[in-house]
Amino acid sequence: MKTIMQLALGTAVALGVGLSGAMTTVAQAEDSNYVPLLTYRTGPFAASGIHIANGMHDYLKMLNERDGGIGGVKLELEECETGYNAQKGVECYEATKGKGALVYNPYSTGITLQLIPKAGVDKIPVLSMGYGLSAAADGSVFPWVFNVPDTYWDGASVVIKYIGEQEGGLENLKGKKIGYIFLDAGYGREPIPLLEQLAEKYGFELLQYPVGVKEMQNQSSQWLNVRRDRPDYMVMWGWGAMNPTAIKEAVKIRFPMNKFIGVWWSAGDDDAAAGGDGAKGYKAMNFSGVGSDFPALDDIKKHVVDAGLSSTDAETIGGTLYNRGVLNSVIIAEGIRTAQELTGKKVITGEDMRMGLEALNLDEARLEELGLKGFAHPMKVTCEDHAGSHPVFIQEWDGKAWRQASGWIEPMTDLVRPMLEKAAAEYAEKNAPWPARTEPCPN
Amino acid sequence: MFYREAGQFKTSYKADQALMPILQDRIGLSVILVVAFVIIPAFANDFFLTSIMIPFLVFSLAAIGLNILTGYCGQLSLGTGAFMGVGAYAAYKLTTIFPDANVILMVLLSGVFSAAIGAIFGLPSLRIKGLYLAVTTLAAQFFLEWCFIRIGWLYNYNASGAIEVPHREVFGIVASGAEATPIVRYFIVLCITAGIAFLMANVLRGRIGRSWMMIRDMDIAAELMGIRPLQTKLMAFAVSSYICGVAGAMMVFFWLNAAEPSSYSISLSFQVLFMVILGGLGSLSGAFMGAAFIWILPVFLKFIPGTLGIQIAAETVEHVTFMIVGALIIFFLIVEPHGFARLWQIAKQKLRVWPFPY
Repeated sequence: MKTIMQLALGTAVALGVGLSGAMTTVAQAEDSNYVPLLTYRTGPFAASGIHIANGMHDYLKMLNERDGGIGGVKLELEECETGYNAQKGVECYEATKGKGALVYNPYSTGITLQLIPKAGVDKIPVLSMGYGLSAAADGSVFPWVFNVPDTYWDGASVVIKYIGEQEGGLENLKGKKIGYIFLDAGYGREPIPLLEQLAEKYGFELLQYPVGVKEMQNQSSQWLNVRRDRPDYMVMWGWGAMNPTAIKEAVKIRFPMNKFIGVWWSAGDDDAAAGGDGAKGYKAMNFSGVGSDFPALDDIKKHVVDAGLSSTDAETIGGTLYNRGVLNSVIIAEGIRTAQELTGKKVITGEDMRMGLEALNLDEARLEELGLKGFAHPMKVTCEDHAGSHPVFIQEWDGKAWRQASGWIEPMTDLVRPMLEKAAAEYAEKNAPWPARTEPCPN
Repeated sequence: MFYREAGQFKTSYKADQALMPILQDRIGLSVILVVAFVIIPAFANDFFLTSIMIPFLVFSLAAIGLNILTGYCGQLSLGTGAFMGVGAYAAYKLTTIFPDANVILMVLLSGVFSAAIGAIFGLPSLRIKGLYLAVTTLAAQFFLEWCFIRIGWLYNYNASGAIEVPHREVFGIVASGAEATPIVRYFIVLCITAGIAFLMANVLRGRIGRSWMMIRDMDIAAELMGIRPLQTKLMAFAVSSYICGVAGAMMVFFWLNAAEPSSYSISLSFQVLFMVILGGLGSLSGAFMGAAFIWILPVFLKFIPGTLGIQIAAETVEHVTFMIVGALIIFFLIVEPHGFARLWQIAKQKLRVWPFPY
């Protein structure tokens, strides 16, 4: 009896404390811009998520330490752990949106899909940099969602274009076999319609190898099929534990690594390193800088990592995924700065942030000013085009590090854009009544 | 003292067969209902409603569903997540085929599909039981999940492969979609959950519920007494799947707004099974207590460091929460293997004789 009473009392106290915390909305500081970071350092995708989270956090923290924030206003950062789990992602969203959140970057297609309809209602933009719903690139239907710099369909078209280049022209793809190994979820399935269309157009055969989320670390059967089918090229759309497993399996069946190309989410250092020496020559698409040879990254090292304000090791700075996280934060920071210029306010709201992102213009000069010359292709967002279909390059693993292996390759915009618009119209129709765009265009 | 039954005379069969024969229970339930229907909507903020109360009620309903099958009829099932998924996909298809129909009706109707599929996968229960049956239902889980990914018709061939809940109105009030206010969604979920729980409380103490429990306790004896095992077991599967299906549909329509096939994976089945085991097999109130423990406690634990002004990294909080909840599960199952419902029963017994125990 006594233990039960103590137990009840303890639970009551714990609940009381928790309840008071959950019920009282934390008052937002008057002089800061609040940026929640939905990150995942736990769960099946943590291996990729940790580097992204570090990059996102460190760049914004560096702006706080070095410049005192943006436009003289500090950034208030808060990480919320989603574990790549949609339920927890929504919980994080609900828990932070009341504190004046400026923008959400969920880093998960699943969570992005849940947030897209909410964005317009809560007036907080969603930045899904190079992932999420491809159709969201149509800004006239999705004014609150941004997938700059590229959609998956852009990526798929770049891969085929690059393979065509290797073969001496797209017309030489006729009769070739291209294998597509992908995470069997919305993320991996999205490029399939475009790839099928390209297969028909250029006469190559598309072989599909789905990998279920539960089988990410057990792909032997898929690679057995690859060995049997003998495709000329392999394209991978993987994430988390799927990437290193696939590379290891490819090495095991002696698939020629220079004919194995991953999407930008299969481009992590840990992914390629898992294959050991055999992984030499593995290629992946990328749109963020390679290496740590950038003044802004030096600043991160000096102001954040050396000051002990980060959970990053100094060596991981410059890794592909770390740099990707940095680029994500660069877009957020530039969005805030643009919004401040447009509105004249220092402390902005989600609505201002949307305007800022829609007027985002990250040109060559601005990148150099940020200390990130050559870190990314110049980006410009317009009201109609929230992705921009910016060029992508191919990088190659040399056994120790990534190096750039091609110039910037333009996506096949003429093919992708009509598909995007059609998909956006379909989305709006399926989710009828989908609200028409009411937001004025900032530029 | 608190539960003194002395003086509470039952003078008619009606009073004797009442759902809650003891005055104190009736008062307790009224207080809970007042809190649920009046106090919480009046004072809670959006976060409390959307991230704590709505998921809690959805999981409670799912736990009731599984409890009917596993707790009352003794048929072990690992397919709960998939049966919830069937409800969700059915409700999604129904509301896209009949866009003008009442979405609450569609959610309630979706359970019928789930019930039919549940009954089909319940067929082996006539021949096999226990762990063997669990493996059959596990097959249901994998097969149905496979269907959710592969059959494009189920998700209207969306490019994303997920189902997204459209904007739907009920009597002029937005009930689903992003514009639906938390309070409206909360009331819908609360009414459905409370309604089904009340219905089941009556079914379980009636002829049907008793025949389920006879099958659970000793099926051969039950058969000798005239209970037909096939019908009884299949009915348990159907009713259980119906409730799980409704819970699954509510999960996507009134809580998450969109769902990928992975939302209804095996981990959801385990989550609900843990709620049932921890809450107490064969107890309706246990289903609520289990859901509260598994869903609400981690959310609260996450807020405690922030409230006390301790700065801890988000992932550390996650790890610590995981450890605490895990340790508590083990602790509670050691203290009382029959779950919270049994703990509450013991407490009630103690309160009945307090302050003069014998």
